[in-house]
Amino acid sequence: MISVEEFAKQADAWFAEHTPREVPFMMPLTFMEVGTDEQFDFLRDWQNKVHAAGFLGAHWPEAYGGGGLTQAHQDVATRAMRKNGAPIMLNAIGIGWAGPLILDTGSEDEKRRYLPGILSADDIWCQGFSEPDNGSDLGNAQLKAVKDGDEYVLNGSKIWTTQGNYAKYMILLARTNMDAPNKYAGLSFFLSPMRIPGVETTKIRKLTGEFGFTQTFFTDARISADCLMGEEGEGWKVAMRTLEYERGARKGEAGGYTISQTNPLEVVDLAKRAIRNGKPALEDPVMRDRLVTQMIEAQAMMANRERAKIAPLVSENPFALPVLSKLQFTEYARVTGELALELEGAQSGYYVGERASREDGYWQRSYLNAFSATIGGGTSQIQRNIIGERVLGLPKTK
Amino acid sequence: MTQHLAKIALTDMQAELRDQAMRFCADKSPIAKVRSLLTDDHGFDAAVWAEMAALGWLGIAIPEDYEGLGLELADLVPVVEAMGKHLMHSPFVSTTLAAQAILAGGSDAQTALWLPKLASGTVATVALFEPTGAWDLNAVEGQTKTFVMDLDASELIVTTVKFEGQTRLALIPRDRITARRETIIDEMKRSYTFEVPDVTESDLMPAKDAVTALERIELVANLLQAAELSGAAMACIDYTVDYLKTRKQFGKVIGAFQALKHPTVDAFVDAEGARSLLYAAATHCEKQGEGEIAVRMANAKAEGALSFAADRSIQFHGGFGFTYDCDAQLYRRKAMFAASQFGDAAFHRARLAELLL
Repeated sequence: MISVEEFAKQADAWFAEHTPREVPFMMPLTFMEVGTDEQFDFLRDWQNKVHAAGFLGAHWPEAYGGGGLTQAHQDVATRAMRKNGAPIMLNAIGIGWAGPLILDTGSEDEKRRYLPGILSADDIWCQGFSEPDNGSDLGNAQLKAVKDGDEYVLNGSKIWTTQGNYAKYMILLARTNMDAPNKYAGLSFFLSPMRIPGVETTKIRKLTGEFGFTQTFFTDARISADCLMGEEGEGWKVAMRTLEYERGARKGEAGGYTISQTNPLEVVDLAKRAIRNGKPALEDPVMRDRLVTQMIEAQAMMANRERAKIAPLVSENPFALPVLSKLQFTEYARVTGELALELEGAQSGYYVGERASREDGYWQRSYLNAFSATIGGGTSQIQRNIIGERVLGLPKTK
Repeated sequence: MTQHLAKIALTDMQAELRDQAMRFCADKSPIAKVRSLLTDDHGFDAAVWAEMAALGWLGIAIPEDYEGLGLELADLVPVVEAMGKHLMHSPFVSTTLAAQAILAGGSDAQTALWLPKLASGTVATVALFEPTGAWDLNAVEGQTKTFVMDLDASELIVTTVKFEGQTRLALIPRDRITARRETIIDEMKRSYTFEVPDVTESDLMPAKDAVTALERIELVANLLQAAELSGAAMACIDYTVDYLKTRKQFGKVIGAFQALKHPTVDAFVDAEGARSLLYAAATHCEKQGEGEIAVRMANAKAEGALSFAADRSIQFHGGFGFTYDCDAQLYRRKAMFAASQFGDAAFHRARLAELLL
């Protein structure tokens, strides 16, 4: 097996050479911002290339399209992507949720059928958890899956389906039992095909004016009973397991990143160029204070990640740091976006498409898009409940 | 940029010191003891101080040549963090600052005379602040000193003076100083003011090292303040959470209300970040230039974390929070006093802006 050091060198060299530098459209910073066919085709092609070069799924078994190496190999490849500022991996739900779940708990047939397409981005996956009336209260999902012979019949709707209009498969949380002893026990988990009669998607226009999500409608859509993952009634457990992969509490992701992190230096760089009230923004003492506040916060998040590796320094509660990172990072990104607009002063009033705007409205869009992460995947308010209850031991909010 | 400054190294010695100090402070500084010392002249228990000296803590960052343990500044951090967590006041920080000043700027004779004493438990302190309120330690008029901690218990005062127009550091024995105790907002600490007596050449540290010594004092003071405040923030949140888990209103344990739960979580997230920055600062504090960045970030974050946690602790304790008996005031006053010494969080951020932007 190739050594991790050698693999790291190869990855660094590959990304240095192949990372695209100039594209004629706005590069999506997260997998939730893929709003045009042009963006989608570009990113699908990019993930396909990265996988073919061996730098995605390097630690997954070769029989399923992986590289047969170790987690450490994939980690250095992911670092090389970051270092070279490579675009995001497109197939986020496949890489981070469905893939690891299938790899861990799927049958041999499921692994062979689904995993290679996840890595190559030939098969795009989406997630069907939230519903129009059940967002934060995921356990109350109402989409019905009624068993009929060797099929299930689906009726209902899912919302905030990222890349729903491009997806071939959906990980789907549906209600198979209306009379279960509690709301969670009635749920089941499916690996459900999207391109079948009775499944339709409608694009959702985001607050930015762009697209990236769909609402997905199921009308007497029939799927094979084989699509069930685990047993009937275990849906909540399986869904929670997928969330653990995504939140980094459980290992198994195919690697790469699906959200580019905001580098605080980018805002500093902006502050050096931006003019606020006729003067360089960097000369404004209030702006300086806020910039440094954000830099300290960024530093604290990095230091948290380092501390999480040192057992004696997290002995009071080993789960605290991983559990709070989503809240901390997403709120940081939102506030940083807001600060960037203040730095821009009068120019903050322009928007994407205006030639007088700074970087074609990059920060305006970033700030508005930042809410996708403070709302999606459990809102910041739900995160505070989770931290308060599971880490601090406060009583449940009812 | 500053990514490498986020790396944390913890030696076995530091892990051991942390365990030892947490156990020791929990044992020697229960809240009833903290409360009883509020009215004590010196604000600490001399017997406990003697035990700390016997454990070798006063010699941690003093070289073996001067009868210390010869460890690093980083090894002071777990000890002061534990003291902060258990609200244990002692002249540990004052004495450590005096020792580090002498180590950085003292003559051979001064170093050889004083460091072995300080390593074994002789109390000393530093006098750096003046009524102008300046946090710039070089801005010295040399008349009156204020915010001199633990002076009455000290045998030695390391003070800035103005000598032939220059800012210098002088070593002055306690018996040459007439001091008055000041009333300060943190009642766990003891602060004094005095008029600087006439000094002669023999009292002074060598001139060329004064600036170095002052920079050293500032760095160590900020590092140890970050440790104290970070430790206190953890304890303050525990104290608040305990109340939120037991107090009932409207038939509910009040911790179930999100209006109380969510800000408490925010305080916790802040305090966890402060802890991580503290350990990172301990790891990097000796790096030329970058040490200051890591230390000021840690101190700014820790002050903010404790201020917010304690402010909300008062509020969330309701009517009880408004009483002297509620410990939330001890934490809030600690944060306020710390902000007045060596610069508040906004001051550190302004310095960081100069270093980073």
